Amino acid sequence: MKTRVFVTLKNGVLDPQGKAIHHALEGLGFAGVNDVRAGRLIEIDHEPSVSKSDLEAMCMKLLANMVIENFEIEQAA
Amino acid sequence: MRAAVIQFPGSNCDRDMAVAINEIMGAETSLVWHRESELPQGLDLIAIPGGFSYGDYLRSGAMAARSPVMQAVVDAAGRGVPVLGVCNGFQILTEAGLLPGALMRNAGIRFVCRTVKLTIENSQSIFTSQYDSGEEISIPVAHHDGNYFADDVTLDRLEGEGRVAFRYAENVNGSARDIAGLLNDAGNVLGMMPHPERMIGAVHGGSDGRRLFEGLIREIA
Repeated sequence: MKTRVFVTLKNGVLDPQGKAIHHALEGLGFAGVNDVRAGRLIEIDHEPSVSKSDLEAMCMKLLANMVIENFEIEQAA
Repeated sequence: MRAAVIQFPGSNCDRDMAVAINEIMGAETSLVWHRESELPQGLDLIAIPGGFSYGDYLRSGAMAARSPVMQAVVDAAGRGVPVLGVCNGFQILTEAGLLPGALMRNAGIRFVCRTVKLTIENSQSIFTSQYDSGEEISIPVAHHDGNYFADDVTLDRLEGEGRVAFRYAENVNGSARDIAGLLNDAGNVLGMMPHPERMIGAVHGGSDGRRLFEGLIREIA
């Protein structure tokens, strides 16, 4: 089974990398971009026995830093 | 006096830290590999050095904070053993939950490597007793992720409790409230981005870092 975990910065947390990407996009001439936030995608290949709550525990213990980040779990078929 | 410097794959200030502790404090200093689950007996100081543990994978300090030795460090800190984390060591201490907040990418994106001026904010701690409150000192920084973040409620509490040990006189990385060094609530854990072990004598061009170690001798002895 494959699960995708998206880790993103919480709202209100300054994202210097997203800002730099935004500037670079503007520099390349792409107009109309209002804001860019950068995050991280983690793909986990696991046994079906690994539950949603196991995955949540993984996120909270290691994959995301809950001080600054949120996570979203997307379980694929 | 006995000290331990923890080594992770990617640590690169471990030797500098051990030399500083050994030379200034005269402590018998052992290097402890991150895979150890026990620390040497009777430690008076644990230092977590700078570097790029695990190549900064995932987040700076995230992997190191979950290595076996860190549980022993957390236990020792709970018993009151002084713990000093410098640079990557500060990042590891926040990731391990020994200090609040997080260290994010520098606000200017760039890696910052130069000597900066710091203001002593709290001269009552075991780490800062040889400095004067409000004094300005010069210590080098070398980091990409030194931008301290915590929510406003936490920041207010930290300031109210006198837990900001050092502040940047010039904010080089976007840190909230110019925070460069932070104490835990019991005062026995200090995390700081600047490198005191790189400013301990003429060969370094200054000795403002020396008094941190000298202060520890008095407090520990």
